[in-house]
Amino acid sequence: MTCEEAEILLHALIDGELDAGHAREVETHVAACPRCAAALTAYRQMSRAVAGAGLRYTAPPALRQRIEAALPQPRVTSRRDLLKGFAMGSAVSALAATGLVAVVLRGDDEQRILSDVVSAHLRSLQAGHLTDVVSTDQHTVKPWFNGRLDVAPPVIDLTAQGFTLVGGRLDYVDARAIGAVVYRRRQHVINLFVSQTATTERQPARIETIQGFNIRRWSDRGLNYWAVSDIGADELAEFGDKFETASRANREG
Amino acid sequence: MPASASHDDPERARRFREAALPYLDDVYTLARYLLRNPTDAEDAVQECYLRALKHFDGYRGPAMKPWLFAILRNVCHAEYARRATTAAPSIEDLPETAEQTPLWREQQDTPETEILRERDAATIRRLVEALVEPFKETFILREINNLSYREIADTVGAPVGTVMSRLARARAMLRAAWTAEEEQPQ
Repeated sequence: MTCEEAEILLHALIDGELDAGHAREVETHVAACPRCAAALTAYRQMSRAVAGAGLRYTAPPALRQRIEAALPQPRVTSRRDLLKGFAMGSAVSALAATGLVAVVLRGDDEQRILSDVVSAHLRSLQAGHLTDVVSTDQHTVKPWFNGRLDVAPPVIDLTAQGFTLVGGRLDYVDARAIGAVVYRRRQHVINLFVSQTATTERQPARIETIQGFNIRRWSDRGLNYWAVSDIGADELAEFGDKFETASRANREG
Repeated sequence: MPASASHDDPERARRFREAALPYLDDVYTLARYLLRNPTDAEDAVQECYLRALKHFDGYRGPAMKPWLFAILRNVCHAEYARRATTAAPSIEDLPETAEQTPLWREQQDTPETEILRERDAATIRRLVEALVEPFKETFILREINNLSYREIADTVGAPVGTVMSRLARARAMLRAAWTAEEEQPQ
């Protein structure tokens, strides 16, 4: 490979766009060419610095409202309607009736969604876009989701239990809007993704590992949860247990 | 999925809202970099969403984000045409030669051991904004909007090979500016 070719292809290497064969060719060239090696290092540093510089803008709330106002307004769906649908004995009819975001997980779909939430977690760390609303106050974060999602993600402050609430974010998983509640444990970020599920059946927690990240996934009262972090599986399990306990206490208290 | 929806159908609006609104910050970000002015960017984004809603029934792909970006580019080009007498050159007005100079010729002086010094966010933003089109746009789509090469190609209507060479050039320009910036007294 010549330097002219490498000049172009090393960018594709940085961006993860090369197939394994070409990646090896570029790496072989770079290993023998100090100038291209320096370029690769410099471009990697540059991409990291750019990603960390917070160059994204957030649309002003007034703009969001103007666009919302220009759209035909959706029907208001109450929780009661949803339950009525289920009482009719068909989750499908309930979905059709309410137009809910349904995350019906099947084998490969579930795998894809898991890798989606890991990607969303990674994006949140890299793009300088961890939170849309920054607050350690659950009474600020929770209302922020109103009107942005068709679910109301439970926002629970677990600071006293060692998991600090830092804010909320609108994210995108499985090509749908999803709520992310963001916590910190020491230097580690935990993204708790919340979306609607097709059933109200409770599903116990499972821990999975993808690309070195732990994911604790569970369902409760019509919501799917995915907690994603690089903290250990035991700590993530602890987070999930504390969240579920606090969530139950909130309902009963 | 109900297929025969009128323009005022709430179901259709709901689907559009779910599909398109999560990208509002992405679309606004691109508009800010293309138009360099918050007010123009807001107007362009609103126009983009209205056009997207209008054409939503016919939407079959590409992915939603590149589709919205492509619409936004059209809106921005119209804005450039409107400003044509005064403004900076539009994306399409670039001299052909700018893309044809061999890339490696520009980098003869780059030291082999160069390590980029850290720059603060404001400096990085200024350097990125100073890139010329169409390289700046390609760079923004890749580094800030996180599009794949294929999605960038879909957005700008150019072959992937063109996207690759534009991105290489954009980064080479930024690297040069970055280094030059460092040589100035603090």
